[in-house]
Amino acid sequence: MTLDEFVTVFAEEFEETPAEQFKADTVYKKLDEWGSLTALSIIALAMENFEKKITGADLRACNTIEDLYNFIQAK
Amino acid sequence: MTGASSGIGRGISVACAKMGAKLVLSGRNELRLQETLASLEGEGHMVLSGDLNSEETRKEIVDKIPALNGVTYCAGISQIQMAKFMDQSSLEGLFQTNVFSPLMLNTLLLKKKKIQKKSSIIFISSISGVYRSQIGEGGYGATKAALAGYVKSLALELAAQGVRVNTIHPGVVETPLLEVSNGTFGEEELEALRQKYPLKRFGKPEDIANCVVYLLSDASSWMTGSNILIDGGFTLK
Repeated sequence: MTLDEFVTVFAEEFEETPAEQFKADTVYKKLDEWGSLTALSIIALAMENFEKKITGADLRACNTIEDLYNFIQAK
Repeated sequence: MTGASSGIGRGISVACAKMGAKLVLSGRNELRLQETLASLEGEGHMVLSGDLNSEETRKEIVDKIPALNGVTYCAGISQIQMAKFMDQSSLEGLFQTNVFSPLMLNTLLLKKKKIQKKSSIIFISSISGVYRSQIGEGGYGATKAALAGYVKSLALELAAQGVRVNTIHPGVVETPLLEVSNGTFGEEELEALRQKYPLKRFGKPEDIANCVVYLLSDASSWMTGSNILIDGGFTLK
């Protein structure tokens, strides 16, 4: 999965935030909609698409969507 | 005592042995069961390791044990999976361990007449799925609610023989099972959750064990089909 594809599927987990607001350099924690529900969805997403287990701590440690993508790839 | 190798199951075993019970300890891990055994007072305890998810193992275990006066079904696993991401195979695994295996073991114990008159049977359920839940806990909660439902009927079926059946519904208890959620949620979230408990702490296995001792004893001889909430006041808020 490319970074662009990842940004798209990442955006799809958000019900309230328009897709256009999601870019590779988006600091996802700053989004209004970011919370335990979206965090858990992203953890599930990582498992489903990459078969990699990430944690709440990992999500806190990464900043942008691109950081997260790279983190998952490196795992 | 199923799930005796760890956590609440181990805590219950220790408490019951202290009160003079002779226990049959069941779990998958022989080493951890032996550790539980080593911590028990008294003698005459039995250790039978094996995976209760296997019908054959259940049959072997039931054949080896004497007739019982009490059973506590404590073995269980936890899983965090949101409804949108649920997969059949994970759900089946959860239901197998948490629901099908204890129920089928119970069926076998009854069939083979290993449950004496005036016995007491306890299923460890949870606040999850019954009084409360969290996101990602739907599957786990469903398995715990399943036990609460089953017990209502079982209590009626066994009442004529004086056998009582009850469930205990713990809040969050500090055991290795908690590590499962800890991996996903992290120490900060756990601490925030801890503070939400009016009594400002999570439960310890002893908190649940003391109730099991009561339920197994004649002190609770008029109690059956009950769901006992032990949650540090969590569901009040």
